[in-house]
Amino acid sequence: MSLNVWLGALEQGLLWGAMVVGVYMTFRVLDYPDLTIDSAFTMGAAVAAKFILSGYNPWLSLVVAILCGALAGLITGLLHTRLRVAPLLSGILTMIALYSINLRIMGQANLSLLRVETIFTWAKGLPALGPFGPALLGLLVVALVLIILHLFLKTELGMGIRATGDNEQMIRSLGVNTSTMKLVGLAIANALVALSGGLVAQYQGFADIGMGIGMIIAGLASVIIGEALVGSQTLFRALLAAVTGSIIYRAVISLVLQLGLPPTDLKLLTSLIVVIAMSFPLVRQRLGLRALRLRSEQGAATGQRSQDL
Amino acid sequence: MLQLVNVAKTFNPGGVNEKAALREITLHVKEGEVVTIIGSNGAGKSTLLNVIAGVYEIEAGKVLLDSQDITRWPEHIRAAWIGRVFQDPLKGTAASMTIEENLALALRRGRPRRLHRGITPSERQLFKEQLALLGLGLEERMTTRVGLLSGGQRQALTVLMATIATPKLLLLDEHTAALDPRTARTVVELTEKIIARHRLTTLMVTHNLEQALRTGNRTIMMHEGRIILDLSGPERARTTVADLLKMFEKASGSAFADDRVLLTGNQGSL
Repeated sequence: MSLNVWLGALEQGLLWGAMVVGVYMTFRVLDYPDLTIDSAFTMGAAVAAKFILSGYNPWLSLVVAILCGALAGLITGLLHTRLRVAPLLSGILTMIALYSINLRIMGQANLSLLRVETIFTWAKGLPALGPFGPALLGLLVVALVLIILHLFLKTELGMGIRATGDNEQMIRSLGVNTSTMKLVGLAIANALVALSGGLVAQYQGFADIGMGIGMIIAGLASVIIGEALVGSQTLFRALLAAVTGSIIYRAVISLVLQLGLPPTDLKLLTSLIVVIAMSFPLVRQRLGLRALRLRSEQGAATGQRSQDL
Repeated sequence: MLQLVNVAKTFNPGGVNEKAALREITLHVKEGEVVTIIGSNGAGKSTLLNVIAGVYEIEAGKVLLDSQDITRWPEHIRAAWIGRVFQDPLKGTAASMTIEENLALALRRGRPRRLHRGITPSERQLFKEQLALLGLGLEERMTTRVGLLSGGQRQALTVLMATIATPKLLLLDEHTAALDPRTARTVVELTEKIIARHRLTTLMVTHNLEQALRTGNRTIMMHEGRIILDLSGPERARTTVADLLKMFEKASGSAFADDRVLLTGNQGSL
């Protein structure tokens, strides 16, 4: 594969990385399977594209995307905490509702950003960076996200959110309103996802109503890959793992596309990756048990023989 | 200090599984009193603690703490005044967070969680000193994840967490029942030490009758949602485990039905 393809995978991994960190935040930190993520990603892209096409600054469009994502997470959280809707269903409800809203925002199913100024046309225009402009820009954004989130998760509020995902009964007995913690956590997670959507829209040069479909599974696959390779012993390591997983996931996707897999088969592949990764501990346990049993059977057999003698 | 007035709690009201867990409970606990609560299975001991902590809403009656009516306060607001330790060692700590992070969460019991630093250096020093008092060597492992500790270590940590921000009231719900006898003894001694140091008003549910009489200065016995016996002073001092069982049979008209009681009775102390 050429350098260009690898560079592309790195760029994508970094830009989608913010989304993966959002998935990490819901699935791992909050222990909340939040399907809002699919539509929050599209929403970020739609809002950013619409704002840029309306003549606003591309950076400002990202700020608005972040706010809209936070709002989407908040709605899911309110459905769950106020109306007691189950976590999975609360996310689905918001996801479906946002499909219509995203179409309203865009006015059509697809918005092109090909002939307008984005943060990436700006980065490519900086001669000092050569071909690395977009990658460095992605690195900068993701590094900022990681640093801020890491600092945040070490604050009183951030620790309250982590404890809510870990042991709700315990942290409530320590005087924390777990509903508030979930609301804040979901808002932050979906804000990150929407930021990622805004970045990706500008990077690809379009926003599309279907671009968020399956995002949560891609995010989950990335989180799992990252945890396997980087580990999650400390908070910082877990955050770094999410972004690393994202980059590797995009590299794998680029690779299989190069090998001739039709792009329409990607969602199937992604689901398979997650299923295989999730079945891994079980398979390992089964194999371990079998090895133990074999050994004990052999032991019994040799024991038998020594008695015969 | 703590007052319960005609408190009633029914689970699944109107349903086939309707169960009156607490019936017209009236209880007055004085400041500094350490009350042990005993009773057969399903007597309502845990429900009583959960009602005081605000986990369950009640249908009738009032709960007052320090002459304030807290009946309608949600659990997380009451938590500012109430420290709790559960039976299951896994329930009192956050496994994925470190020892010092768990303590920092507990130190802020009842305080709003802001964007301030989660742990300050002076707090770390405090945690180190307090952990050293446990005598388990945990002060050397402050950045270890709690999930890596044993059940006994976790429960000792939970007792420290429940009391590190001194509560008005400490609720212990069979907090040594899931531990092996030796560890249970350590955790009991530790708990008594901490209660004495802060002169904490305490309610402790236990299935160990001998411990119930030895610990604290008052013992109440529950049966089918009612308090059927309330012992304190010299009367309590004279009472033996055998007396307790007799009193139970007389007051309830049935045998004391808790399989674990006999077990622990045979072992003498814990």
